[in-house]
Amino acid sequence: MDDAPVRSEWPLYEVFLRGKRGLNHVHVGSLHAADPQMALHHARDLYTRRNEGVSIWVVAAADITASSPDEKDPFFAPSGDKVYRHPTFYEIPDDVPHM
Amino acid sequence: MTDDEFTAYRALADETGDHRWAFGTGFTDPLEGIGTSVPDGVSAAALAAYCLMLGDDALIYSHRLQQWMTRLPELEEETAIANIALDLLGQARMLLARGGRAEGAGRGEDQLAFFRPEHEFRNVRLAEHADADFAQLAGRLLIFSTWRLALFTRLQDSADPVLAAIAAKGAKELAYHRDYAAQWVVRLGDGTELSRTRMQAALVTLWPLVDELFRTDAVAGDLPGVAADPAGLRAEFDSVLAAVLAAATLDRPGTAPMAQVAGKSGRDGVHTEAFGYVLAELQSVARADPDATW
Amino acid sequence: MTALADGRAGELEAHFDETIARDRRIEPRDWMPDHYRATMIRQIAQHAHSEIIGMQPEGNWITRAPSLRRKAVLIAKVQDEAGHGMYLYSAAETLGADRADLTAKLVSGRQKYSSIFNYPTLTYADVGVIGWLVDGAAICNQVPLCRSSYGPYARAMVRICKEESFHQRQGYELLMTMMRGSEAQRAMVQDATNRFWWPSLMMFGPPDDQSPNTAQSMAWGIKRHTNDELRQRFVDMTVPQAGKLGVTLPDPDLTWNSERGHYDFGAVDWAEFTAVLKGNGPCNAQRVAQRKAAHDDGAWVREAAAARAAKQAARDRAAREQDTREQDTA
Repeated sequence: MDDAPVRSEWPLYEVFLRGKRGLNHVHVGSLHAADPQMALHHARDLYTRRNEGVSIWVVAAADITASSPDEKDPFFAPSGDKVYRHPTFYEIPDDVPHM
Repeated sequence: MTDDEFTAYRALADETGDHRWAFGTGFTDPLEGIGTSVPDGVSAAALAAYCLMLGDDALIYSHRLQQWMTRLPELEEETAIANIALDLLGQARMLLARGGRAEGAGRGEDQLAFFRPEHEFRNVRLAEHADADFAQLAGRLLIFSTWRLALFTRLQDSADPVLAAIAAKGAKELAYHRDYAAQWVVRLGDGTELSRTRMQAALVTLWPLVDELFRTDAVAGDLPGVAADPAGLRAEFDSVLAAVLAAATLDRPGTAPMAQVAGKSGRDGVHTEAFGYVLAELQSVARADPDATW
Repeated sequence: MTALADGRAGELEAHFDETIARDRRIEPRDWMPDHYRATMIRQIAQHAHSEIIGMQPEGNWITRAPSLRRKAVLIAKVQDEAGHGMYLYSAAETLGADRADLTAKLVSGRQKYSSIFNYPTLTYADVGVIGWLVDGAAICNQVPLCRSSYGPYARAMVRICKEESFHQRQGYELLMTMMRGSEAQRAMVQDATNRFWWPSLMMFGPPDDQSPNTAQSMAWGIKRHTNDELRQRFVDMTVPQAGKLGVTLPDPDLTWNSERGHYDFGAVDWAEFTAVLKGNGPCNAQRVAQRKAAHDDGAWVREAAAARAAKQAARDRAAREQDTREQDTA
């Protein structure tokens, strides 16, 4: 039997990028950081690899409120409007490349 | 190699879409279109020596950061430190190439990095210091990048157009390194009791290596309009450090500067004991088979 | 889930099955069978662990890379692996796992990573051969996962596969350069190929008749091809590449079978595979110890950052309350 699960010291942040001007910010994934500034630094290092001029948003995952049209899972019913550890909840058509 | 050898995933590889994800795979040459001849009235020998010393600082410090890889406190720091090591390696490559060209003896970046003996390296001793813990990493990065950013900011106006272009690119990178380091020094200084103790101890350990960064050197003196006077960088360095240390609730160390050896230190090719091991590691594969091509 | 009325549970399961049957993606908030969730977390975690442990054998050569260009390429590659690990841990976290918990399971040996990383890297040619063979085998395994039934995993895999293809190319290009170099370099490439060929074949897992979970994983769209199918595809892809490179693959039974339209190859030493899997490989202890040391040694740093963030948040709150009070009295 496993021990009680260990929890990360740093909370989860969701990362949104605008790859170039004229595009929307798009959710690209998540990361762990102790504070928002660190999350921004990490987002730049992880999701843009030194590329300048990319606009980045980071949001604490716990602060996102969401709905999901196809939500069927009673597992999440008590906190149905919270994304709780769900960095990639956006429905994106399968024919969009590199999502 | 033809694409046909990779049919299993060619479709994926072809849709690179780098504009979308901006993976750091394509590097543009910051020196493109810039003339490489040594400007009139500039001493080629002094320019070569100057580029080598600044290149050695970056090469050796990058090496010390590379040694941290796979050993950092969190995975996000792995990508951050790898980025900084890569940026400094990039600066080293451009500076060594420029130094080799100005020297005119046909030595390229690899010849200079892998086949010079210890006493021909001109990096400051701070660059070769081995960090004992993450507090030293953060403190040393703050000291190094604050100093180097002050230097590169001035070199953007250098009379040597190549050095000016290298500095312009490097200054952007160094501003990021300094910010990363400053944030960590503040987190550790203003974090827990333990982290505060370690951060303060790290600064005390590193402080003796600070003075050397601002010592006037003969090479820079021979390059008016091209090089920056190290002594002139001290005020900016002091004010940045004061601001960061205040935010971090840390004290500026009073540790005395490390003495020189018969009046010589890193810039003169006189290094610490640790440096021999750095070169032994850095150069071992390249030297084992000098006829090899990589 | 046991408290659910049978009818409701059946309805949810039917919806899940239908989504899989229509080759649509399962997304994090969808209902899924507990076993699907557990299987998916285990698979993604194992994959994430492999990326992170996989940084070590190549990282071993960063400080000794024999040219500055090779050094830069290798740093970038090892950095990519850290990134891949993080993408994958992210995907596992959408299923309710926590990265710290998965890391604890890795360093205590309760979760596995790819056995290939328990082999040592002994010369610089190993860097090239890992790119060519190990990343090549990984690509064969991973390209089908871009169509995994679990959306976040599939999306992570698309990005990872794209970068892996750069990795394989850099490895092959290094080997080509070495084969044009000195006699000693050619011998080094052949030696590295000899050491990594069989372990690469083992990366596809045990033969189909000894792989008990394959059927369920295929039905759920977690796996898209059997181990043996993927192994065969890898061999077929790699033999011509070896020819072009000028190295010999260390298998006397390797021959083209025109009837099957595939290469026949010799028997894999599954006893060695099992030994390494059980923890008796040359580097198992070392790899896990290094990961554990990094994680343990970093604890005070992570705690300090969290403590500072909490202090700062409290100060911000106090400042806001002060502002509000001042506005109220104004």
